Amino acid sequence: MKEMICICCPMGCRLTVDDSDINNVKVSGNTCPRGEKYGKEEVVCPKRMVTSVVRVRGGNVAMLSVKTKEAIEKSKIFDALATLKGVVVDAPVNIGDTVVSDVLGTGVDFIATKNVAAK
Amino acid sequence: MSVKNLIIIGGGPAGLAAAKSAYDAGERDILILEREDKLGGILNQCIHNGFGLHTFKEELTGPEYAARYVDEVLKRGIEYKLGTTVLSIDKNRRVTCANEKDGLLVYDAKAIILACGCRERPRGAINIAGCRAAGIFSAGTAQKLINIDGYMPGKEVVILGSGDIGLIMARRMTFQGAKVKAVVELMPYSSGLNRNIVQCLKDFDIPLLFSHTVVEIKGKGRVSSVVIAEVDKNLNPIKGTEQEIKCDTLLLSVGLLPENELSKMADVKLSPVTGGAVVDDDMMTETDGIFACGNVLHVHDLVDFVSEESEWAGARAAAYIKGEKTGGECVGIEATDGVRYVVPQFAHREGEGTLKLKMRVGNVFRNVRLCVNCDGEDVYSKKCMIVTPGEMETITLNEKQTRALKNCKKAVVCLKAVEK
Repeated sequence: MKEMICICCPMGCRLTVDDSDINNVKVSGNTCPRGEKYGKEEVVCPKRMVTSVVRVRGGNVAMLSVKTKEAIEKSKIFDALATLKGVVVDAPVNIGDTVVSDVLGTGVDFIATKNVAAK
Repeated sequence: MSVKNLIIIGGGPAGLAAAKSAYDAGERDILILEREDKLGGILNQCIHNGFGLHTFKEELTGPEYAARYVDEVLKRGIEYKLGTTVLSIDKNRRVTCANEKDGLLVYDAKAIILACGCRERPRGAINIAGCRAAGIFSAGTAQKLINIDGYMPGKEVVILGSGDIGLIMARRMTFQGAKVKAVVELMPYSSGLNRNIVQCLKDFDIPLLFSHTVVEIKGKGRVSSVVIAEVDKNLNPIKGTEQEIKCDTLLLSVGLLPENELSKMADVKLSPVTGGAVVDDDMMTETDGIFACGNVLHVHDLVDFVSEESEWAGARAAAYIKGEKTGGECVGIEATDGVRYVVPQFAHREGEGTLKLKMRVGNVFRNVRLCVNCDGEDVYSKKCMIVTPGEMETITLNEKQTRALKNCKKAVVCLKAVEK
């Protein structure tokens, strides 16, 4: 049994998710079908986008913002962030450029979210 | 002294969207004045995702969202000046500004769009007792230090205020290795989005204490702890509920204030509720030829709505310059019964089309109808399972409803209970 707040809309329904059988997860407390879908995803395989910054060399700013190209498993957030430690990127950088490829073997890259021109 | 048709003050999301749409409405003599050395405004430091779901139907980070609008402005060859601070504007639309390269610049503009955004409410505005040690930052300042400058402001953190920036910074500090000990919220509810409460606090087991506040800051040189206490329903701290939390950093996320220092110089009438200008349905203030949009007008929840509002303001400013302004008498639109404010506050009686009204409520209400009432008759009514102060509500009146509003003596936006 897990308690959670649905994030699909401002209602913030308090969901109770019965995950005793992971193949037959039961959601209660939801007001609409979106809540049921959310509740199931959150116990089966919760995923999050991860955003952070890395240093940039020779650019017109000090830091480059990055994100995971897709959401990754929530349990891997901190390990994913650790792969950014010490990473320095040379300017120029364009939005979408790969910063760290295949983070933790997930197949998901960290990509740049800012255009940084060379100084 | 030079002459410009349209001067836009601020190169953030509001200014960029206004410039784009003024250009697309046929205006070519546009100048954007931006204080920072980059276009994009505050979005440049909002590196988290969740922007653009309405505008682009995808989730972007702040810098990505800004870049889309910067591209639109560059593609059109719209002139802009960076590192340029506007020193004054007056009601005759004379703009005085300065930068390192040009020195002092003076322009006479046919129209001005105020797109200067908002700023954070500082410590001084909330009267927390205690020392003046280092380690007290507004949440936005901490965000800039980490995301733009690459400095970490502290290791053990307490955050006062559960607005979205405070919540986002709780996660951000955690990602960078800090321990966020608590988020303390004066009100019994959060003004932040549910999504942020879940994904920024609950995901990392950060406690959120409602009806609590910081009553004292301790420390010599650097913050060493804060004392928090529960508050009663009049928001006064309850004696005996104090607890001390050891920390080296206190972040304040206690509200945003539209930045209207320039507006005041031009005699722009401000609303005591929104802190922004009073505007008509063209987004024009009561000072002729001066328009306002985005967070300088009223604090928005989503940037998508800033862009939308600003595109409208840009188009109407372009029409004004061409002499196509909507003239004549206006009808006032009031906010009552749970609705704290509505923007625009006035609509011209002349003119056809639809009308967008944006508003915020003053408390959390469940099972209500949001109504636009004209001379005692509801011309629009929407059932809401919940409305909260943290979320801006938008109503779009169709042509018939707009006509009814324009023709009435008294228009009111209000909440009504749903009859069982």
